[in-house]
Amino acid sequence: MDLLVEGVREAARLLLAGDREVWSILLLSLQVSGSATLISLALGIPAGAALALARFPGRGLVVSAVNSGMGLPPVVVGLFVTMLLWRSGPLGGWEVLYTPAAIVIAQAVIASPIVVGITLAAVQGVPREFRLQLLALGASRAQMVWMVLREARLPMLAAVMAGFGGIISEIGASMMVGGNIKGQTRTLTTAMVLETGKGNFEVAIALSLLLLALVFLVNWALTSIQQRHAR
Amino acid sequence: MLRRLLLILGLLLGASAPAAAPSSVVILSTTTSTQDSGLLDVLVPVFEKRTGLSVKTIAVGTGQALALAARGEADVTLAHAPALEKKYVADGKMLNRRLVMYNDFVVLGPGADPAGLRGEKKAAEALRRIAAAGARFVSRGDRSGTHTRELALWKAAGLTPAPPWYIESGQGMGATLGIADDRRAYTLADRATYLAFTRRIALEVLVEGDSRLLNLYSVMEVNAANGPRVNAAGGRRFAEFMLAPGTQAVIGTFGVDTYGQALFVPIAGRTDEEFE
Repeated sequence: MDLLVEGVREAARLLLAGDREVWSILLLSLQVSGSATLISLALGIPAGAALALARFPGRGLVVSAVNSGMGLPPVVVGLFVTMLLWRSGPLGGWEVLYTPAAIVIAQAVIASPIVVGITLAAVQGVPREFRLQLLALGASRAQMVWMVLREARLPMLAAVMAGFGGIISEIGASMMVGGNIKGQTRTLTTAMVLETGKGNFEVAIALSLLLLALVFLVNWALTSIQQRHAR
Repeated sequence: MLRRLLLILGLLLGASAPAAAPSSVVILSTTTSTQDSGLLDVLVPVFEKRTGLSVKTIAVGTGQALALAARGEADVTLAHAPALEKKYVADGKMLNRRLVMYNDFVVLGPGADPAGLRGEKKAAEALRRIAAAGARFVSRGDRSGTHTRELALWKAAGLTPAPPWYIESGQGMGATLGIADDRRAYTLADRATYLAFTRRIALEVLVEGDSRLLNLYSVMEVNAANGPRVNAAGGRRFAEFMLAPGTQAVIGTFGVDTYGQALFVPIAGRTDEEFE
């Protein structure tokens, strides 16, 4: 029990004292997972919308694949991205393994199916009559898709929250493709594993509290946008 | 297209992703104990400042550290499993293996000491007693340097350990110590990690000082033929840095201010035979 109290005290001390390493780890986690979320939105929203509106043979299979992908194990993604980015791998020429960019790639792969899946559900939640009405009123197909996406934007905020929440707290892929390198690719979660391994439980607890606070703040901001518009 | 994507990634990441030219990056594959003890956090910045090279430390078990290097995914390796290292050197995958430092392994166990190890000087005999008593023993089970040593000790004892009393954690030293402490079991640990955990665990050092418990760390360069893009020159510079008198002096005093004793003994220039 005192360990927990010590942890809270340590967290407060690390933050208030402006511990440079902790702040830079926090910032890196935010940048990496933020970038990966943006990329997954850029890829996932069009894909999800297309999948929701289009009808083609094998669609059921693709939708099932996306839904399974929403639970893609990070360590599996980490393993395959690592092998792709190895010097001897097909993308070895990029030389991005063990850099933040590698973590962004892996996390974007993890978050994309989540965004596709939630976008798909959100767009399908918009009544079919709404789409037909738009087309009847003379909207082009692109305009129709845009209006449908606007209509589905509140449920789609859930995609942002689920995607970001999933990857900022993810550890397997970050560890494998980033390497947990001090000052370069050490994120909140990989630092936590390291500090636990070192026996520095107070620091590990402090980092967990920071992670929880960060996830809460981001979700709070998104939720307040969602709820304001929903009223 | 891909280049542009990477450029965008770089911009998004801003200053946190230094776009280093290939030849200025040295990938060091090493064991977790050198990182968990904090030694590399002290040495690497000195090397980087002196050479202008950037080091990426990949801390994994010794087995994996050597396997990565053999594929050309690293430029230099710091490991602690002499028998395994010599196999890689003999295969031509690793070059120029040189001793850097040592510390020692200790056999830990609960204070109650059900197998009666206290007072025993020989590690292999200690393991034989654990097996005879059927007392719980937690193994790393992860092909790390510590695990490799533990297996060599069982072999020396002429035994093949097996469940139910033999437990494989499959995890790092820290987690394994936690499990052994919780189960009131025996285990083999490197002294540096044990010292870092003395505040948290009740396990006691029961056997120490046997020459079989010596933990030798060596540095090896990666053969450039192992794969494309191996930075052999950078790897060689890091190996030479680890053996330089100034670095060796730092190693010899590391840990004194935290634990009241040095965690490693520098031994650059010595040979394996001197420790057998």
